[in-house]
Amino acid sequence: MALLRLRESQITKIHYLTGILSLFAVAIHIIFRLIMPFGQSLSYENVVANYQNIFYVILLESILVLISIHGFNGLRIILIELKQSHRWESTITILVLIAMVGVIAYGTRTIVIASGL
Amino acid sequence: MSNEDNKKVILKVYRTNYNKDDSPHYDKFEVPVKRWTTVLDALLHVKSYSDSSVGIRYSCRMASCGSCGMKINGRPSLACYTKISELKDDVVVCEPLPNFPRIRDLVSDFSQFFSHHKNMKPFIQNDKVSLDIDDKHDLVEFEQTHEDVDKYLQFSYCIRCGLCYSACPTVATDPKFPGPQALSQAYRYEADSRDDSKKTRFNIIDERHGIWRCHFAGSCSVVCPKGVDPALGIQLLKGHMLGLSKNNKKLSNLRTKNKE
Repeated sequence: MALLRLRESQITKIHYLTGILSLFAVAIHIIFRLIMPFGQSLSYENVVANYQNIFYVILLESILVLISIHGFNGLRIILIELKQSHRWESTITILVLIAMVGVIAYGTRTIVIASGL
Repeated sequence: MSNEDNKKVILKVYRTNYNKDDSPHYDKFEVPVKRWTTVLDALLHVKSYSDSSVGIRYSCRMASCGSCGMKINGRPSLACYTKISELKDDVVVCEPLPNFPRIRDLVSDFSQFFSHHKNMKPFIQNDKVSLDIDDKHDLVEFEQTHEDVDKYLQFSYCIRCGLCYSACPTVATDPKFPGPQALSQAYRYEADSRDDSKKTRFNIIDERHGIWRCHFAGSCSVVCPKGVDPALGIQLLKGHMLGLSKNNKKLSNLRTKNKE
């Protein structure tokens, strides 16, 4: 599995990059909440309207992917420090990858259904 | 005679012997101190006049050998370099260094620490120079400017006392992590213009329990008795590995020694 063979420096590059990019993506997401009164921006009609906007859909999907990669890699780092055995590390890496793919798939499904694509 | 000349402190020494299943406890000793008395002096006073069985490791008494590292009043320090008067406390607690397996009393086992150091191949490696030289006329020397030396000089002051290793929170949870000493030595040779084995060392430290597990707590640099900044070395090394910063290392020229 190519992902398991990535060097730590390559994974760290991805980790830093996704962290920085998600900062920008989340900032834009928050700005969307501020262009009108906060309560109004979260009203049912506005939320549905947001999902119909293709740029907003791309933004949401980006946030989902970026934060999932960054967060799940962070979790992997914490877990591999707990125990020092090759078997544990490989198991954790595989489980975290599966969880990450699962969360991205479920989130994407929600975005696709809500946007009516 | 001033009061300061008659001052006494309580020395609380951590005692145990893991080979004899001796349960850990603290022994208290009253020790006379002067303004210049170091913790090592006080411990040697205890060994001479109170209890000769106190286990300590020491040698040079001048912060050069790095043997007398221990936790003094909660902080990893060299006993020979810590004056009791500077601790400003009437009770001085001496404990073995954290993050090291303990042998007896204040003596800890440095094998794992030295093994991490050895893994970094802490010596100049250069493909142009053979390590097997039979004839003295084949000896060569490198040309280095002062600027080249400045890049790694502070890291070469490391005396391998293990204080940074004992202060590192990552080492506390991950014994496979090489620790600040070994990683700063990797940087020391990476920055050295005579060395060309960057790839070999990068491969050693670029793994799951390698350099990326450093969370930059910075405690290694705080406790170093020689003014080395291992945290800086680790961050510079990370930058080089990510390609964010460049060493701009121009390998030194070899100059053949004049034949006598």
